[in-house]
Amino acid sequence: MSANWGLRLAVLLPALWLVLFVAWPLLIVAEISFSEVVSAIPPYLPVFGWSESGPSVSGNVENYRLLASDALYTASLLTSLRIAAVATALTLLIGLPIAHGIARAEPRFRGALLLLVILPFWTSFLIRVYAWIGILKNEGLLNELLLALGLIDQPLTILTTEWAIHLGIVYAYLPFMVLPLYVAIERIDPALREAAADLGARGTATFFRITLPLARPGIAAGCLLVFIPAMGEFVIPDLLGGPNTLMIGKTLWVEFFANRDWPVAAALAVVLLVLVLVGIAALDRAQRRAGEGLA
Amino acid sequence: MKLRFGLAVLAAIALALPVAAEDKVVHVYNWSDYIDKDVLADFTKETGIKVVYDTYDSNEVLETKLMAGKTGYDVVAPTSYALARQIQAGVHRKLDKAKLPNLKHMSPVIAERMARYDPGNAHAVVYMWGTTGIGYNAKKIAERMPDAPTGSLRMLFDPNVVKRFADCGVNVLDDAAELFPAALKYLGLDPDSKQMADLEKAEKALMAIRPYIRKFHSSQYIEDLANGDTCLAFGWSGDILQAKARAAEAKSGVEIVYKIPREGAQMWFDSFAIPADAPHPDAAHAFIDYMMRPEVIARCTNAVSYPNGNKDADRFVEAAIKQDPEIYPPPARIATLFTISPYAQRQQTQLNRMWTRIKAGQ
Repeated sequence: MSANWGLRLAVLLPALWLVLFVAWPLLIVAEISFSEVVSAIPPYLPVFGWSESGPSVSGNVENYRLLASDALYTASLLTSLRIAAVATALTLLIGLPIAHGIARAEPRFRGALLLLVILPFWTSFLIRVYAWIGILKNEGLLNELLLALGLIDQPLTILTTEWAIHLGIVYAYLPFMVLPLYVAIERIDPALREAAADLGARGTATFFRITLPLARPGIAAGCLLVFIPAMGEFVIPDLLGGPNTLMIGKTLWVEFFANRDWPVAAALAVVLLVLVLVGIAALDRAQRRAGEGLA
Repeated sequence: MKLRFGLAVLAAIALALPVAAEDKVVHVYNWSDYIDKDVLADFTKETGIKVVYDTYDSNEVLETKLMAGKTGYDVVAPTSYALARQIQAGVHRKLDKAKLPNLKHMSPVIAERMARYDPGNAHAVVYMWGTTGIGYNAKKIAERMPDAPTGSLRMLFDPNVVKRFADCGVNVLDDAAELFPAALKYLGLDPDSKQMADLEKAEKALMAIRPYIRKFHSSQYIEDLANGDTCLAFGWSGDILQAKARAAEAKSGVEIVYKIPREGAQMWFDSFAIPADAPHPDAAHAFIDYMMRPEVIARCTNAVSYPNGNKDADRFVEAAIKQDPEIYPPPARIATLFTISPYAQRQQTQLNRMWTRIKAGQ
């Protein structure tokens, strides 16, 4: 009897948590997205209200129509997709050898190596991104070094370009890529590699035909962990990027702060959420199908 | 049953809260780099009221927080046109003038200008005012264009001029309500025009200089001008003068100059107001009253190079600041300054849409 209660509680608590802190706020956002903007506190006309004759419902899809009709939103969505995709690919390319190296290192060093990967988290994210300004700016450390070495004779403009954003994302999210990759690679039975070597496969062939396919769940997890936050990233493009890089996070900020248009901002958030959910669902299905294929 | 009990407890807590006496603390939300910090410590020493001080760098951030309600701030400092909109939305409480004896020191001329935004000066007390103009790095500009029209809006709005400075860094405020009026003024139109046709002309003028602007930012340029990363900035008078002071202090050889454009410049007022739901209204009144003391406000002016709204403070202001025509413009220059009225919601959205397009260069 008591075990039964414990089990119910174990299910009920997370469910309650999800309803209170995920579903409920999302419903509020959805409600605002159908409302109208007004100059008051709060700055929108609630969809569900009470009037003398009882409950009243107002609301429209005007905000969604605006999103569809203005090229600005599509453009910033596409830019975000592109930047997140490129940055995720770069993070994967850099994270893979790191994770592989740590997983293959002697067990007594692994803990220390992993610690080094997480170490940057001990400083504030904002400060770490801000520090890149000092490195990348025209009269910054990097340019002064390159000038002193005689490699360039004009300072390179890196800050305020898309490259600076990529660099920022790769730098900030690398641990999120390395950790799941490490877990996936570390789990692979060393006997499989030995068998491959016995059958005449070289190191590179083993890596691409044994390690990489078996690490796929780690790759998928790492890519998701980088791609999703990179899509909505605000701080990195704001600090390192230029004004001509229009990402969805910045567009949302403008709607919310500069225009004080909560309804449009909410509609944009809903669209972004749906897009990400559809993307994850598709990836999940592909992943499962690939899993079935392997079995 | 349990739920009902929970609700009862919550209701009891909610009812009990306002009964508690007002804490001796005031939460002030002001513009960045906008005060002499020692003044805050002195206020606490004298009154026993602790100051929790927080800063922002755009009216938009402030207004979004205020519109969300329950900010927890007791004193805020919106700019005139934003204040007018907030008063309409019922964001601010009426001042209790009996608690503000130092109102007698305020300049009636400036209070009258403010009454356009705050009828009867019922909600706000002017803290500082200033102009929006052009700051530049004297050496870098002279190197690139010895005969640069430094006192004119052409520095920024003439593509053939501003393009010469593109390589050494051009920064403008990230604020449509500053750039559009200036562009309209440059084009010889009414800077306060809300006509779509006029705004589109201003948009075109801004788009023409867009390729030469490196950064749109409303606070970073103080530092950037001072250390030489930016050579031309369209910004707020006191900010640019602070950059000048910082550069001089660092002895980096950077010399910054501020000019009020001769075509005319926007004149604005930042005022202290108390949000309607401020948790400590008594402390807020005490703080605002303290800030109206002539010798206190003069210390702030000396620190931030913005003129204040106090008629009795002038004798405490350093001569170098008092006599600088770019800070305290003589009456003939004041006549060239303009003010703008608030934008309605729809106009604001259209304006910001254009502004986003301009920034994106599309």
